[in-house]
Amino acid sequence: MPSTSLLLSIEALAAGVFLLTALGTVAARQLLTCFHLFVWQSLLLSASAALLGLALSSPHLLAVAAITLATKTMLIPWLLRKTVHDEVYRIREIDQVLNIPTSLLLALALAGVGYVFFVEMLGGMAVPAYALVNLPIGVAVLLLGAFTLTVRREAVAQLLALLVAENGVFFAGIAIVPNLPAIAELAAAVDVPVYTLVVGLLTRRIHSELGTTMVGRLTALRED
Amino acid sequence: MLLAAILLVPVCTSLVVLVSPFRRWAGWLTMLAMAATLALAAAAVQATLGSGAVSGAAGWLVCDGLGALIVVLVAFVAFTAAVYSNGYLRRRASHAQNDDGGSYYPLFNIFVASMLAVPLMANVALLWVALELTTLLSAFLVGFESTPEALEAAWKYAILTTLGAIIALLGVLILYWGTRIAGEQAFTWNELIAAAPAMPPTLVWPAFLLILIGFGTKVGLVPMHTWLPDAHSQAPSPICALLSGVEVSTALYVILRLFAVLSRVPGSEAGPWFIVFGVLSVGVATILMVQVRDYKRMFAFSTVEHMGIILLAVGLGSVDARFAAAYQITAHALAKSFCFFAAGLIVLALGEQRIAAVRGLGRRSPVAAVSFLAGALAITGMPPSAVFASELLILKAGLARGQYLVVGFLALFIVIGFAAIMRHATRMTFGKEVDMAEAPVGRLWSAGAAPASCLTALVITAIPLVVFGLCMPAGLAGLLNLAGTAMGR
Repeated sequence: MPSTSLLLSIEALAAGVFLLTALGTVAARQLLTCFHLFVWQSLLLSASAALLGLALSSPHLLAVAAITLATKTMLIPWLLRKTVHDEVYRIREIDQVLNIPTSLLLALALAGVGYVFFVEMLGGMAVPAYALVNLPIGVAVLLLGAFTLTVRREAVAQLLALLVAENGVFFAGIAIVPNLPAIAELAAAVDVPVYTLVVGLLTRRIHSELGTTMVGRLTALRED
Repeated sequence: MLLAAILLVPVCTSLVVLVSPFRRWAGWLTMLAMAATLALAAAAVQATLGSGAVSGAAGWLVCDGLGALIVVLVAFVAFTAAVYSNGYLRRRASHAQNDDGGSYYPLFNIFVASMLAVPLMANVALLWVALELTTLLSAFLVGFESTPEALEAAWKYAILTTLGAIIALLGVLILYWGTRIAGEQAFTWNELIAAAPAMPPTLVWPAFLLILIGFGTKVGLVPMHTWLPDAHSQAPSPICALLSGVEVSTALYVILRLFAVLSRVPGSEAGPWFIVFGVLSVGVATILMVQVRDYKRMFAFSTVEHMGIILLAVGLGSVDARFAAAYQITAHALAKSFCFFAAGLIVLALGEQRIAAVRGLGRRSPVAAVSFLAGALAITGMPPSAVFASELLILKAGLARGQYLVVGFLALFIVIGFAAIMRHATRMTFGKEVDMAEAPVGRLWSAGAAPASCLTALVITAIPLVVFGLCMPAGLAGLLNLAGTAMGR
C-alpha cells in the first residue's frame, strides 16, 4: 500500500494533465480529437477519484470512480456514437466563431482568472491541500468548457464542451465533498447519460430535418 | 405517503400511456391523472396549513409553505394544460402530415412529475437532479413541431439551461462543503439554514453567485435570458403555459430559498443582488416587448419581466414584500397560463404567430380575440386580475422600505410593459385586416372554431385569476404567509 502523500502527489499530477486535456479540446480542430480528449479526461477524473478515495480511505469516492468509469468512458461514448450520424464524426474542421489561436488565448485568460480567484478565496481558510488543487482546476475546466460551448457552432462539439464543463465540476466536487450521499451519486450518474441521450437525439432530429448539425448557423429566432 | 403519491401518479400515468391499448385514451387518462394530482396537491396544502410542514417517504420528501405553493400551482396549471391539450392535439392531428403525437402525453406526464419533484425534494443535491430533469424531459416538447424554428429553440433551451445547471451544481457542492464545515450532516434546506451562521462567508458568496447565475439562466434573468423567448414561443401552446407559468417558478424557487440562508451568514445579504438582477430583468424585458413581432414571444418576454418583479420583491427584505412575492408567483402562474391558452386559440384559428399577420381578429375569431384581450389586460396588471393586487402590494412594500428609486423604476417599467402589450393586442384585435395573400401561408395549421376543451381550460383558469384579484380567501392568505415565512425565516 503506497503512502498517502505519494497517492496525493500522483493525484496532483493527474490534475495537471486533466487541465491540459481541457485546453486540448479548445485547441482541437477535428471533432474526433475532441471526442477522444473527452474520454481521456473522464479517465483522469475517475483516476483522481480513485486516488483520493484510497488516500482518504473513502468508499464513496471509490464508488464515484467506478461510476465515472462506467458512464463517462463507456456508456456516454457509446451513446454518442449510436445516436449521432457517422458523417458528423468525419468533420475535419469544426466551424468556430473565433479562430483557434484567438480562442485559445481568450480561454487561457478566462481559466487563469477563475483559477486565481478561487486560489485567493481559499487562501484564508484551513483547507486540505488536495482541495486547494482540485477546486481551482475544476473551476478553470468549467470555464474552459463554457467558453468552448459558446465559440463552437457544431452540435456535437457543443455537447462535448458541456460534458467537459461537467467533468470540471465533478473534479472539484470529489475533493470538497468526498461524502455526498450515495443516492445523490447514483442520481448524478443517471442524469449525465440522460442528457447525453436527449441532446444526442436532438442532434439526430436536427440532422434529419434540416440536413446539418451546424446549430450555430441557426438564427431564425432573434430580436430584430 | 401523500407526498410520494403526488409524484407517483404522473410517473405511472406516463408509463401507462406508453402502452398501446391505453395510447388511444392518453388524453383522457392524462386529464384524469392531473385532476388526481391536483386533488393530492390540495390535500398537501391542507396538511401544510395545519402543521407548518409535512414530510414523507422516510424524510426524503418535505413540503413547507413555499413548497406547497409551488406544488399546487404546478398541479393546477398541469391540469388546465392537460384539458387544453385534448382539443389542441386533436385539431393538430387532423392537419399534421407526419403525425408523431404519440410521444406527447408520456413526455407531458413525466415533465409534470419532474416539476413537482423540485419543491418536494428534501436533499438539495437531489433537488438539483430534479431541476435538471425538468429541462431534459421538456426539450422534446419544445421541439415538438419539428419546424426549423422549433428545433433551434429546443437546442438553445437544452444546451444553455444545462450549462446553467452545471454552473449551479458547483455552487450546490460548495454549499454542501460549507454545511459540513459548520458541522451539520444532512443537506436539506433546514440544515443549511441551521448551518448558515457557522459557514465561512468566503465559501457562501461564490456558491450563492454560482447558483444565482446558473439557475438564473433557467429562470430567464437578464442577461442569461436569451433562450427563453425562443423556447416559450415555439413550443405547443399548452406546453408554453407550463413552461412560462410554472417551470420558471420552480427554478426561481431554489434561488428564493437562498435568501433565508444568506441572511444568516454574518456580513452577507442577498437582497441587493436580487434587486439589481430584478430591476435589470424587468427593464430589459419590457423594452424588448415594444419591438416583438410574434405574440407568443411577447408573452415570453413578459415572463422575464415577472420573474424580475418577484426576485426584486423578495430582495426588498420585509415580511410584507415576501408575502407580496408569493402572491405574485400565484397571480403570474394563473395569468400567464391564461395568456398562452388564449394565444393558442389564435394559432388554432389562423395558423399564424406573427403579430403583423393578425389583424381584425375581432371579426375573424371573436372568441380568440376576447380571450386574448382579457389575457393581455390580466398579465399587464389591470383589475380585477390578481396581478393588479400583487403588484400593488409589491410597490407598497417597496415604499414602506424607503426604496423610492427601485419602486420608481419598477412602476415605470410596468407602465412600459402595459403600453407595449396593449399596443400589440389592440392592433391585433381591432386593426384593419391585411391582405393575407401577400403574407406567406401559415406555417402550422388552421381551421374552424375553438375546441370546447380549450375554452374549458380558459374558464377554469379565469376563475381563480379573478377571485384572487377581488378577495383574499383565508386559505390563500395562510398559504402565502407560510410561503413568505419560508423565504425569510
